[in-house]
Amino acid sequence: MQLALPHLVQLPQLSFRAFAVWRRNFLVWKKLAIPSLLGNLADPMIYLFGLGYGLGGLLPQVAGVSYIAFLASGTVCASTMNAASFEALYSAFSRMHVQKTWESIMNAPVSLDDVVTGELLWAAAKATLSGTAILVVISALGFVASPMALWALPVIFLTGLCFAALGLIVTALAPSYDFFMYYFTLFITPMVLLCGVFFPPDQLPPLVQIVGAWLPLTHAVALVRPLLFGELPQNILLHLAALLGVALVAFWIALSLTRRRLLK
Amino acid sequence: MKPVVTPPVDNSPLIVSGLRKSYGGREVVAGVDYHLVRGECFGLLGPNGAGKTTTLRCCLGLTAPDAGSITLAGEPVPERAREARTRIGVVPQFDNLDPDFTAAENLLVYGRYFGMSDAEIKPKIAALLDFAGLGGKEDASIRSLSGGMKRRLTLARALVNDPELLILDEPTTGLDPQARHLIWERLKRLLALGKTILLTTHFMDEAERLCQRIAIMDAGRLIAVGPPRELIREHIEPQVVEVYGEDAPGWAEREAHAWAGRVEVSGETAFCYIEDRDAAPLLAHLAERPALRTLHRPANLEDVFLKLTGRELRD
Repeated sequence: MQLALPHLVQLPQLSFRAFAVWRRNFLVWKKLAIPSLLGNLADPMIYLFGLGYGLGGLLPQVAGVSYIAFLASGTVCASTMNAASFEALYSAFSRMHVQKTWESIMNAPVSLDDVVTGELLWAAAKATLSGTAILVVISALGFVASPMALWALPVIFLTGLCFAALGLIVTALAPSYDFFMYYFTLFITPMVLLCGVFFPPDQLPPLVQIVGAWLPLTHAVALVRPLLFGELPQNILLHLAALLGVALVAFWIALSLTRRRLLK
Repeated sequence: MKPVVTPPVDNSPLIVSGLRKSYGGREVVAGVDYHLVRGECFGLLGPNGAGKTTTLRCCLGLTAPDAGSITLAGEPVPERAREARTRIGVVPQFDNLDPDFTAAENLLVYGRYFGMSDAEIKPKIAALLDFAGLGGKEDASIRSLSGGMKRRLTLARALVNDPELLILDEPTTGLDPQARHLIWERLKRLLALGKTILLTTHFMDEAERLCQRIAIMDAGRLIAVGPPRELIREHIEPQVVEVYGEDAPGWAEREAHAWAGRVEVSGETAFCYIEDRDAAPLLAHLAERPALRTLHRPANLEDVFLKLTGRELRD
């Protein structure tokens, strides 16, 4: 306890009680499941059809496929990222700071580490639902070429974990909801443009491409897009390791910062 | 003055010794020792900022103390705080019921945090709501409940795991008198069932009514511990004459000391504390001064509290 940075060096103390936290959020979601899913679908679908048909009509094939099919695979990743981020930022912050739900849970035999883990897994699960819903819709519309697309599901979950963990860092630091605006404008929105969601990254200046290559969404798109077209992604292990690495390191940081905030 | 006898430590649901906690160089808890006796109601009293809530947070393992040891429900805290909390019920200072759920769902979800199965929790829900005076409110949303109902639901929630020790942080702050009396009555029922209760409060009547023993805390230390009656006998004169009126402070300065052993002035009120001798001469003297109104009463816990912690504001 006398160490200089006790919150940073402490290993996560996890238990199955994290699952009770996950279930709490699931029970709330279940009450509004249909509107919530439709809400998660509406925004990406508007972009997909608006840009896909409107802009796609002016374009030749992009990366060997129609523009709308190209965009559809990127949208799966971007929606997964958005869903995980919203849940880990706004919803988790409400439960932590506004409703004091975390505080009440920690009076029961549930540690803060369990709470944060439950939130991480919940945000990742919700993001997976969101990404999967888009995948189902674009499959029905014929933008998915192969059953290999099923392999995109674990990648979607991993992408959810990655952005949920990053979001929890921001939540741990946020004084109020306004703070999240910075994260979205400075991190999430640029990522959509730099990571190959709307267009292949090689259209960008080389320096910007280098930045983009380091961003986690790039790795998600690099795995999901080929799988949807029935191709084996290149450098699979590299991309998986990048997503998993970011998820683990970000979770560790989020946990340390949350402990510093709430267990003082 | 005879020292208050300390009860035995055996089988105590909470033992705290040498507890210290500092924030940014300020020692909020500065060496606290106490333990609870099984089946008693123990009150922790103190002005704002005395360190009560920090002490409770340490006891629950929600913050690590700088020094000292804590044994909660037989488990060392914070090392095994999670195991200890399986046998504790907590009513926090501010309601943190889950607004996304109904009353019954609040109890169900909370029980799950204790590792209880739905089959274990569901049969208890109706009885818990009945106990809280919320029978038939299973499906009520949290927003539709009054402040008193929310407090009682929070109490019911704290009982979902059938705890041996109940910790309540200012359980009746912000409630109207009817709601407070209902909470007190329920807490007495729990004591009759053999539960141990630790509560913090600002209300002296609450402490006198409910607690077998009281600890008065100020500036991070316990400055007095004992049964309320004994604390009054030990720390304060038995009779008080309160004198009100515009001229009360002037009168207190000029004449009061001839009649009372100790006088304190607060605003336009003079408090005259009378040792064993008769208060009649003082009352006769005051009867000749119609500008001054008087109240003659036995000393109470609030007098002890104000004597020990002072009258200045603690914001």
